[in-house]
Amino acid sequence: MKIAVLGAGHVGPVIARLALAAGYEVGIAGSGDPARIEMITEFLAPGAVALRAADAVADADLVVLAIPWHRFPSLEPGMFAGKVVIDSMNHWPPAEAPLGTSEEVARRLAGADVVKTLNHVAYQDMEFAGGRAVGVAGDSPDAVRTVAEFLERIGFDPVPVGSLAAGRLLEPGSPVFGVAARRQEFENFTKEQS
Amino acid sequence: MTTFGLDTFGDVTQDASGTPLSHAQTIRNVVEQGVLADQVGLGFFGIGEHHTPDMPLSAADVVLASIAARTSSIHLGSAVTVLSSDDPVRVYQRFSTLNAVSDGRAEIILGRGSSVDSFPLFGYDLADYEDLFEEKTHLFAELLKGGPITWQGKTRASLHEQDVVPHTEPFPTWIGVGGSPQSVVRAASYGFSLMLAIIGGHPGRFAPFSELYKHALEKFGRDPLPIGIHSPGHVAPTDEQAREEFWPHYLDVISRLGKTRGFATPTPESYAHEVGPHGALFVGSPQTVAEKMARTMKKLDASRFDLKYGIGGLSHESLMRTIELYGTKVVPMVQDMLAQ
Repeated sequence: MKIAVLGAGHVGPVIARLALAAGYEVGIAGSGDPARIEMITEFLAPGAVALRAADAVADADLVVLAIPWHRFPSLEPGMFAGKVVIDSMNHWPPAEAPLGTSEEVARRLAGADVVKTLNHVAYQDMEFAGGRAVGVAGDSPDAVRTVAEFLERIGFDPVPVGSLAAGRLLEPGSPVFGVAARRQEFENFTKEQS
Repeated sequence: MTTFGLDTFGDVTQDASGTPLSHAQTIRNVVEQGVLADQVGLGFFGIGEHHTPDMPLSAADVVLASIAARTSSIHLGSAVTVLSSDDPVRVYQRFSTLNAVSDGRAEIILGRGSSVDSFPLFGYDLADYEDLFEEKTHLFAELLKGGPITWQGKTRASLHEQDVVPHTEPFPTWIGVGGSPQSVVRAASYGFSLMLAIIGGHPGRFAPFSELYKHALEKFGRDPLPIGIHSPGHVAPTDEQAREEFWPHYLDVISRLGKTRGFATPTPESYAHEVGPHGALFVGSPQTVAEKMARTMKKLDASRFDLKYGIGGLSHESLMRTIELYGTKVVPMVQDMLAQ
């Protein structure tokens, strides 16, 4: 399975590194010319291939969105049709109430299966995760399964929390956001909320 | 050559009865802390610009100038200057002036700012976060070259053959990086030194950033430049005392900041991890802090370490003790360890 990581900032290279270590082929894209991120890729995710976003996505079975939320509107939505897409973005600064940003992503990327996960884990806590629990939310059971398998292989314990709308409980401000919670705590929290 | 310094965000301190001191007294105390840092032989004293009631040090350069008047050898700088929401011309003028009055002891650490209170205050849009920093860093680098400047951009008025004064000797410029690889490459491309802000998680994970920086300098045809580390800490005679003193204030400050910055509320377990060998808090006895500093500096190939001391709610007296222990005990131990 091939992975496309969109974003070469704080988060993207970390996810790329984890995917490479788990044996996946990884394409990584920043904005525009891949030459701009070649050095970053070489040192922070050696083995990944720096590509244009469209080329990385075209080639991939699974796409990870790891770009700043305010850059999301600049992505060409058509290229995601038929792809499983992990949305790890957050609206910043946090809003008073959950915004349902992944639902917005799904509306815009029509034809893609969007799954919300990893957004609630700080990038510095992603490595050496040691089976840390992560919430997984999505409307397509197949896509959720695909993503859960990916998460497990890169070192997490995926806990399905329901539909994409239920994924609002993974947004900033939630009691599980940024917290090293265990599976049981995730499950309890999900039950309380539903 | 290694350099050891201190950074402060100028958090409001409390008196013995737990009452917060006034902003004015907090600022005067920061001057005393800077003077003590010089007296105990430290190489750098930095003030991080903030704009909140808890952290009122919004005009760091004025405070630094005051410290300059009472010291003779310590270097003085920002940690960081939020360049994105300031005018690079004004920043250049203020730090050139500081460089003049301090006899060439000014330094500047530029940052995008992880605390973004200055954006609404000065009318900037957070959506322009990257563009503002990129363009203003470029202008700042041009200003440092000296001579009349011609410049055009989107974030301030154009300059045409403009002589920006005062003319002054060059001063070291750093870029503070919290985790953005683009910032590492940017620092190298301008020939600015790299200050790694390590405030959470395993410090060792920054090692690839050091490698990226050294490689990028080489690629841009530049000579090697220093790599520095900025990390929070607190020193007391024993590990137990340091941890106990720091914990309630760390819990309080991080819990409050977490609401806007997405930090999780610390737990006794997460705190124990951060103060332990694999965390980013340099809290403990002089021996413990020194060992962790030496290990981290070696791992990241750093020649500079700035301990960010103090956190809202500690007393001025406790901060003065940290400064004294850091300068007289910790730093000599680290120097020995690095020499071995």
